[in-house]
Amino acid sequence: MQIIETPKTYDVIIVGSGAGGGMATKILADAGLKVAVVEAGPHFDPANPDQQTQLKWPYESPRRGANTVRHFGDFDTAYGGWEIEGEPYTNEDGSDFKWFRSRMLGGRTNHWGRISLRFGPKDFKRKDQDGLGDNWPIGYDDVKPYYDKVDKLIGVFGTNEGLPNDPDGFFLPPPKPRLHELFYIKGAKGANVPVIPSRMSMLTKKINNERGVCFYCGQCSRSCSVYADFSSGSCLIFPAQKNGGQVDLYVNCMVRQVTTNEEGKATGVSYINKEDRKEYQLKGKVVVLAASACSSARILLNSKSRQHPNGLGNSSDVVGRYLHDSTGSSRAAFVPDLMNREVSYNEDGVGGMHVYSPWWLDNKKLDFPRGYHIEVWGGMGMPSYGFGFNPNDFNRFFGLTVGGYGNGLRKDVKKYYGSVLGFGGRGESIPQKSNYCEIDNSKVDEFGIPVLKFHYKWTDNEIKQVKHMHDTFEEIIHHMGGEALGDKPTEAQNHGIAPPGWIIHEVGTTRMGDDKKTSVVNKYQQLHDVDNVFIVDAGPFVSQADKNPTWTILALSWRTSDYIIEQLKQQNI
Amino acid sequence: MDRRKSLKSIVLGGVAGGLAIHGCKPQSEQKLDEAVKIKEYDYGRTPEEKEYDEELLTEQFFNTHEMETIAVLCDLILPSDETYKGALDAEVPDFIEFMAKDHPPFQTDLRGGLMWIDHKSNTDYGAEFKTATKDQQKAILDEIAYPDIEVQEVKRPLEVNFFSLMRNLTMTGFYTSKIGIEELGYKGNMPNVWDGVPEAVLAQHGVSYDTKWVEKCVDQSKRGILAQWDEQGNLLT
Repeated sequence: MQIIETPKTYDVIIVGSGAGGGMATKILADAGLKVAVVEAGPHFDPANPDQQTQLKWPYESPRRGANTVRHFGDFDTAYGGWEIEGEPYTNEDGSDFKWFRSRMLGGRTNHWGRISLRFGPKDFKRKDQDGLGDNWPIGYDDVKPYYDKVDKLIGVFGTNEGLPNDPDGFFLPPPKPRLHELFYIKGAKGANVPVIPSRMSMLTKKINNERGVCFYCGQCSRSCSVYADFSSGSCLIFPAQKNGGQVDLYVNCMVRQVTTNEEGKATGVSYINKEDRKEYQLKGKVVVLAASACSSARILLNSKSRQHPNGLGNSSDVVGRYLHDSTGSSRAAFVPDLMNREVSYNEDGVGGMHVYSPWWLDNKKLDFPRGYHIEVWGGMGMPSYGFGFNPNDFNRFFGLTVGGYGNGLRKDVKKYYGSVLGFGGRGESIPQKSNYCEIDNSKVDEFGIPVLKFHYKWTDNEIKQVKHMHDTFEEIIHHMGGEALGDKPTEAQNHGIAPPGWIIHEVGTTRMGDDKKTSVVNKYQQLHDVDNVFIVDAGPFVSQADKNPTWTILALSWRTSDYIIEQLKQQNI
Repeated sequence: MDRRKSLKSIVLGGVAGGLAIHGCKPQSEQKLDEAVKIKEYDYGRTPEEKEYDEELLTEQFFNTHEMETIAVLCDLILPSDETYKGALDAEVPDFIEFMAKDHPPFQTDLRGGLMWIDHKSNTDYGAEFKTATKDQQKAILDEIAYPDIEVQEVKRPLEVNFFSLMRNLTMTGFYTSKIGIEELGYKGNMPNVWDGVPEAVLAQHGVSYDTKWVEKCVDQSKRGILAQWDEQGNLLT
């Protein structure tokens, strides 16, 4: 099969259109550069009525929103999931890494939780504090100006609290807590756990004339048709195009490798067009990888040449290594004081929590390093598949009969509607060299590209941290007068730690550092080995804090994009 | 006669048992009906997902007798009366038929459970469950509708688990339907402006807002005004 070459040469080819790729597109196109964005999935616009799921009712789906097709249910806007037909991955024996991919313009930003947390000063220098892992070669002061710009460009609500490691920013005002969140605040107070307004990227106030303001349907996971929440397409790529930017979108195009010349410099990428299943080549002066930490590592490892026999940018043998995800575990509680609720009002709110607990303890007094934050959910949500299951199970807490049939069940459903509250702990793991992805040469995807194999094991540090989460959850439940549901996970169950990958915060596979022997990119996210290749997803993260990675991906992608513009001006690359 | 009406009349006893669901109309009309039904579902599918839904919607898993038995069970779980609309008004049997195809692990449990309940009814009353009297049907349910919560779910008798599954699917099928959501009184899924929990509700549940917290929250009268900050990040507008 002949590889088809496109005659046009781009200034920059960006692989992937999620948070990192979207930000690079916006900044580079606004600077007047000719940009190609290559995305493995179809075009997606939440305002397109054919794709819109926002404001649909459960009965508009024949399965009432069940998750038999899309992992997070029929209305969630992630095309893909843990398993994608024709795109397998493998795990070494004893490893159980779960890899979530969303194949669509905007990637996972279309359905994500919009929890938008800055890393704090301590988060960039963890080795200095506990001797574990490595420091970043940059610090909070390097990133702060970009966090500030991201806040203002995209919009995030929250409050300036003056906390040492949860920095202030340029926040829109937060929404008031819902009823179940007031119970969370009460329970957390009793357990000496601080609670502050959450920090999420929805527009509670107008930020520009292009995007709408939040109308509180609570459905950000469906992606907002008036662009009142952050998705990469609606907030970065479409504005770059509307601004007159030279942006060519190559959708349904799966990048196979970065192509290089005799000198070992990148010349562009080759990709498979999913529609005609033929391989194409795109030429560009600069290649920016933003395909997700694991996908970008895969592309580099599959880009072998005479000049780069171990894969592109992999002279260190570090590509794919230090893969890490957030720790995670959850618990739910029934709160009798939340029974018999008045349904006279709409409490959908924003899509997700209005309050949360940032990490609050001193590790010197604990048997594990690093921390976690607590997310909270509950309320009188819209029914979907699963609503009404075991309608009177909570009768057991009152010594009443469980089960039955007939119209008495209707009373039970209404009595308990909105009386459950849940917590998710999300914590920082210690990156390990022995946790990695590599090319599995025994397996190919349907596009002829060798797939990834994962090797991942949690250490005692993470398991102890999750045990602490569960102790905290039970204390909070006790103080809000609730009954914990289900059993507390045991030691044999590793205290309920979620499998790696499950929290969908994959980071670290192309880590940043000053030493080219122990890192893949420099502090500008430029490959040590090839100066015209950059990585702007979460691959360069040295460590990931207990903060969701998106806001830092956006800030660092902007910073790298500024650096690319400057280097091109100076003709250094 | 359409399927829903025929299922309802089974329950109401207006039509003799054993009526074929599609028996009342010519083949071509049925197809037309199916095409209309598929078109009803318009909820942002990808082309592949749409194709998959259509495939499931054109298949039929349960036979006529099974569908009629499901209808009888649904009506016992959530009957209609002067106040309430019932599971059959919300077309719950069709939803259960769809879920059996969409989630194949249900198939054996549901089909086997329906066989079990006929066997039980035949043994005790010499009649299939759907044609037994209401009192007889209830007598059977009384034995299987109340799980022993001290026993783990996986260790409970098959007939108890079968009925729990039927009850779950009926409840969720009903409360995710238009009439079920109306009955529940859920007020969301439409544009609005959230400005906190009503005072009366706070009082009912014995909680209140912290004034300092609320002061930091959005002033909804200014939501349409462009955000501007000073250099320290204090919102000015």
